[in-house]
Amino acid sequence: MKLALSIWRQENPSAPGRMVRYDVDGVSEDSSFLEMLDLLNEQLTEKGEEPVAFDSDCREGICGMCGVVINGEAHGPERTTTCQLHMRSFKDGDEIVIEPWRADPFPVIKDLVVDRGAFDRIIAAGGYISANTGSAPDAHATPVPKENADRAFMAAECIGCGACVAACPNGSASLFMGAKITHLGELPQGQPERWSRVAAMTEQHDSEGFGGCTNLGECTRACPKGIPLNVISQMNADLRRAGYGR
Amino acid sequence: MTDTLIDGLYREGEPIADTKAPKGVDISQMWTQRKFDAALVNPANRRKLDVIIVGTGLAGASAAATLGEAGYNVKSFCYQDSPRRAHSIAAQGGINAAKNYKGDGDSVHRLFYDTVKGGDYRSRETNVYRLAEVSANIIDQCVAQGVPFAREYGGLLDNRSFGGVQVSRTFYARGQTGQQLLIGAYQALERQVGAGTVKMYSRHEMLEVIVVDEGDGPRARGIIARDLVTGEIETHLADVVVLATGGYGNVFFLSTNAMGSNVTAAWRAHRKGAYFGNPCYTQIHPTCIPQSGGHQSKLTLMSESLRNDGRIWVPKRAEDCDKDPRDIPEEDRDYYLERIYPGFGNLVPRDIASRQAKNMCDEGRGVGPAVDGVRRGVYLDFADAIARLGEDAVRAKYGNLFDMYERITGENPYQVPMRIYPAVHYTMGGLWVDYDLQSTIPGLFVTGEANFSDHGANRLGASALMQGLADGYFVLPNTIRDYLAKGPFEKLSEDHPAVVQAQREVQERIDRFMSINGTRSVDSYHKELGKIMWEKCGMERTEEGLREAIEEIRALRADFWSNVRVLGTPEGLNQTLERAGRVADFLELGELMCIDALHRRESCGGHFRAESQTEDGEALRHDDEFAYVAAWEWGGDESAPILHKEDLVYEFIELKQRSYK
Repeated sequence: MKLALSIWRQENPSAPGRMVRYDVDGVSEDSSFLEMLDLLNEQLTEKGEEPVAFDSDCREGICGMCGVVINGEAHGPERTTTCQLHMRSFKDGDEIVIEPWRADPFPVIKDLVVDRGAFDRIIAAGGYISANTGSAPDAHATPVPKENADRAFMAAECIGCGACVAACPNGSASLFMGAKITHLGELPQGQPERWSRVAAMTEQHDSEGFGGCTNLGECTRACPKGIPLNVISQMNADLRRAGYGR
Repeated sequence: MTDTLIDGLYREGEPIADTKAPKGVDISQMWTQRKFDAALVNPANRRKLDVIIVGTGLAGASAAATLGEAGYNVKSFCYQDSPRRAHSIAAQGGINAAKNYKGDGDSVHRLFYDTVKGGDYRSRETNVYRLAEVSANIIDQCVAQGVPFAREYGGLLDNRSFGGVQVSRTFYARGQTGQQLLIGAYQALERQVGAGTVKMYSRHEMLEVIVVDEGDGPRARGIIARDLVTGEIETHLADVVVLATGGYGNVFFLSTNAMGSNVTAAWRAHRKGAYFGNPCYTQIHPTCIPQSGGHQSKLTLMSESLRNDGRIWVPKRAEDCDKDPRDIPEEDRDYYLERIYPGFGNLVPRDIASRQAKNMCDEGRGVGPAVDGVRRGVYLDFADAIARLGEDAVRAKYGNLFDMYERITGENPYQVPMRIYPAVHYTMGGLWVDYDLQSTIPGLFVTGEANFSDHGANRLGASALMQGLADGYFVLPNTIRDYLAKGPFEKLSEDHPAVVQAQREVQERIDRFMSINGTRSVDSYHKELGKIMWEKCGMERTEEGLREAIEEIRALRADFWSNVRVLGTPEGLNQTLERAGRVADFLELGELMCIDALHRRESCGGHFRAESQTEDGEALRHDDEFAYVAAWEWGGDESAPILHKEDLVYEFIELKQRSYK
């Protein structure tokens, strides 16, 4: 396949960015989107041009490190991670526009690489269960109803890639937040800190500059792990119970 | 040390003895005794002690969280943008623990026995016993953190059996056990970041360990790291350094490892005096999606559970290999595992399943697209299972794996048999450590996949997650305090000669990469190295092949240093520069792996030496000659490596040949 790519190039966080057009030839339809970028980078290196920087690591759809906006859609036309999007989803001669995640709290580091440190800071603010090592009771001491365990698991599937934020017109991280709050809130172990957790995480979310949720649902449509919108209602219900904002 | 070179390649040095496991105590009491003997550090003194932990996978994140909770002053480093991305996250199957929740006769001793046997009697008894002993605590800890393990309707935890084991001891969270365990450890780590006991340095790569001799022998006292965003070379000093930096399977270029997985931290430490144990021990996993072409950057694992219902076959005749498999009648198919191993059939252990798949393809009976002229794939066929159980039942059991397969290959496995081929998955070699997880450099501890200790020659399913968390939550925090009780060590200044020298080494290396200005890309070297390693130091090795490999790697390394092309600048993010450093280290490690494989003239676990097999072609160990850990000392840039042997003494388990016939 031969493709025409328009890619966001930006030297560093403070430099201005611009779209640059590249032609890439010899793309296998069996390659992943990132392997297509690998090929482009080999061709650029051969010409003595600096390769395009992009993030990826596990390349099997679970680490959450990869992610770019492809033709206006987070992770591209299919509901999956960028590493699991394959070139057979495109046609020979296609023009493809590739941009980094766009959101104020995700500043561009270089080209397609952004800083998602805000997600870690939200977790550090309260996205955990406080359990010091070595003092845990036997794992069978607290039974967990299967329905709760399954719902907790479903929410825990979030890989923290940031597609929800990139897709949201408000730049809200509510789906990410809701997933963590639902995961821990469904479990008996998560109850003691349930109300302080939701309040602390929300405060951190807002102070990072993420926007509010207006229930547009773009986040869940872009989510490669299919985290449902109802985790956001769970978060909002918990926030009310926590008396947040009174 | 021997005066002359053995095989023209290495020298032999003094044997080593692991002296830290308590002597004269029953194996079931050793860990209790060691914990008691290890000195304590007063809580008020802990905050005066600085601990550096490199790597944030299961071993690194759990250790950082635990030491942070204890009150030490921890600095944690990872090359990814967030500690949550560490490659432990990709583990699928499960984690073993001797809980005996099923009442099926499991016990600490049985888990210990199974693990030593599964390691083909090339792991250290004392460490494996301890691993089995703390396994039950790991599950308790993770459940308390909210890890959503699979549960039964009564609300209790579910278990499954795994990898040929006869009890149900594997805890799991669908096919995402690694992710859920890592998120648990990551959240515990972030909690400490929030509390201020851990300072997190993401997008940082360790490029050198600082070893200082203040008159009482060398000690690890810090690291040199590069901030991958700014390019700045930073010095971080501490009282102790822990490496939890994972495995080095990416030396093969194509593997199931993450793109960034590398050996640099371990290799830099090796060059500073840390012995490298059993470097040739690589686990090859039998059920991966085959390579489809030269564009491919990595291989994807398919859960081994597929072998419970799928039947593995290749055409009997090479000329049938490009036919549609559905058009090949039953009598023209060779269900080779069922034929050769009627007792275990498609469920033979990983090493046997892998090697037989390679044999079939080498005979010219492989299927799927040819890469470099050879078809490397065998069929994993669910047609019988679908006929027997119905498509819906198969979908319920394996649906997510079938979807993943279809996404990657573009083929529908409900209609056409899947294709699988073995791939490099996990490395059991790593930096040599004693019972305390301390390397041969005092003050440098090594945990998880980065050390060599617990898996022996053939890692069993669901045991690697167990080791990562055992090391990080329970073992290291207890042993490191014995070392830290001697601290705090004298404050080091950044202009200490050892620090300055380490800084200079890192800077010179980077300058060298930037100035070569050759014509070949970093990746092209990596691919060529990987090919040599896979062909000649992979599943099957021969004396002749390994000797060729060593020559080829030496030539490739020389070419790399004169002809590699690294564009851009060392200031700021430069991913090519990052990869260049890693590939340079792989080019040195690859040679040591081949030397280690060459000297070990036995077949053991996943490592088949063609010269050492039984009459019917099975792996043949030589316990009289090779029941030891090979711990290699760096001999210097121009000198041969030095082999130190640690004899493996089996006091509690009898050595036996494995048989699956």
